[in-house]
Amino acid sequence: MAIGQKDVEHIASLARLSLSEEEKSGLEKDLNAILGYMEALNTLDTKGVEPTSHTLEITNAFREDELVPFEKKEAIIKNAPASEGAHFQVPPIAEEVSST
Amino acid sequence: MALPAYHSIREIYRALKKKEISSVEITRSYLDRLASLDARIQAYLYVDEQAALKDAEAADKRIQSGEATPLTGIPLGVKDVICMKGIPNTCGSRILKGYIPPYSATVIKNLRRENVVFLGKLNMDEFAMGSSTENSRFQITKNPWDLERIPGGSSGGSAAAVAAAMCAGALGTDTGGSIRQPASLCGIVGLKPTYGRVSRFGLVAFASSLDQIGPMTRSVWDAALLLNVISGHDPKDSTSMPREVPDYTAGLESGIKGLKIGIPKEYFIEGMDPEVARRVAESIDAMKDAGAEIIEISLPHTDYAIATYYIIATAEASSNLARYDGVRYGFRDETAKGLRAMYENTRSEGFGAEVKRRIMLGTYVLSAGYYDAYYRKAQQVRTLIRNDFRQAFETCDVIVTPTTPTPAFKIGEKTQDPLQMYLSDIFTTSVNLAGLPGISVPCGWTGGGLPIGLQFIGNTFTEEVLLRAAYSYEKIFPFSTRYPEVLEQG
Repeated sequence: MAIGQKDVEHIASLARLSLSEEEKSGLEKDLNAILGYMEALNTLDTKGVEPTSHTLEITNAFREDELVPFEKKEAIIKNAPASEGAHFQVPPIAEEVSST
Repeated sequence: MALPAYHSIREIYRALKKKEISSVEITRSYLDRLASLDARIQAYLYVDEQAALKDAEAADKRIQSGEATPLTGIPLGVKDVICMKGIPNTCGSRILKGYIPPYSATVIKNLRRENVVFLGKLNMDEFAMGSSTENSRFQITKNPWDLERIPGGSSGGSAAAVAAAMCAGALGTDTGGSIRQPASLCGIVGLKPTYGRVSRFGLVAFASSLDQIGPMTRSVWDAALLLNVISGHDPKDSTSMPREVPDYTAGLESGIKGLKIGIPKEYFIEGMDPEVARRVAESIDAMKDAGAEIIEISLPHTDYAIATYYIIATAEASSNLARYDGVRYGFRDETAKGLRAMYENTRSEGFGAEVKRRIMLGTYVLSAGYYDAYYRKAQQVRTLIRNDFRQAFETCDVIVTPTTPTPAFKIGEKTQDPLQMYLSDIFTTSVNLAGLPGISVPCGWTGGGLPIGLQFIGNTFTEEVLLRAAYSYEKIFPFSTRYPEVLEQG
């Protein structure tokens, strides 16, 4: 399953990364080498083996759904690159939709 | 500069208790050493002397009042991935530029309750992704035993600071070996607790089914003491287990007579450094002489651990790191006109090369058409790796292996070949995949003066047995009084 330049661009788009040409060719090489190494797993027969997603002997940890107000909301908002009042600000979304 | 008068948290605690010294005095001595040494070692990303001295004054008051605990007044460092309220938290990344956590991690709150002294935040590979701390976007931390070599990673700043006595102990995090591997390469103790033992609330997530916080110290007793305080159930982390926390320092003196130590034949591989192989073999013999029973065991899926780990860890990372989008915190590219371009530019400039590589790999293995071939397959092999350990622990109490196949490598030696870098985690990743506790303790120094580490692996939630075995080994081979030459040069 070798990865080509188109695959690299597709994955980058899914991951919201814009890559330079140099980065793309470097990643094409690296990803193929690493995925090639991972091919070793295919030599194992895992038919009927349950997958492990975590190692704890619990399936769910339920608790009451209680509202606990955070004391310093302004300390959260202050971390935003752009904000207004209690809101985070982002660049225009609608314009982008109309232009693509 | 003089070598430290006290070689462990335990010794400082005794001295504080007897009022030989005050916390302010011991804190000043660590700050002085830090000021004279860290320009060369570069372990710290952030130091606040005034805040540390204030912590120390509060600790001294508590000691005077007779209500101190063993950690009261002890100067500690924290890996820069664990949030402390009001103090910058970078994760070694530019994408978190300017981020000030509005809250503290549960482990920090627990330690504050004991009145410890926090000296500052320690360097790491960006988002804990790396095995050498060279992926930090800010500085390259040096191994105190040889300044041309890496300290290991990703908790390289923590390991180097403890090794050079620039703090009495530190917190690190371990996703695939990031506590044990740097502890091994820097000649200190590093403990990765059982998955679910320590709350991760306030720890910036890398791979959520693997990450654990743990202590990095100069002695096994110190690690047990810190584990006492950071362990336990936390309603804010639903993966922390509601199990009782024993006093991990209590049973350490019980010895290893009759303890069954498993030696997995798959961990003694070709390509292992001969000095490492020799010291590990001699250490096993010494434990046998002390009354332990040595049993050969097999962990047949060992060879598949690295591939399994790098599929699962990158998949989880690609999903966890989706939150860095320039909206709520950290760096934002201000030149982009639209939202999507802002996301893409912010992430592309904010993340370094290794983090991008892992996001790409993780996105690929989770993407439509490849999920079953990679991610699901890796989760199945994870089950096989867990079963190997389950079977092994039917015949032994702890497993002993080398922590790393070689001592610390040179700065720059593996940066051009990511796969070679990944392979330096060959003995540590299985432990995370199986959710087990593991500890690395120093077991020797090479002819060239580089530390060698011995890894003990325990069954889930058997930290008492693990720590008892490691403590007994420390009695055979004491190490906490050894310091790198750089300390004497001052």
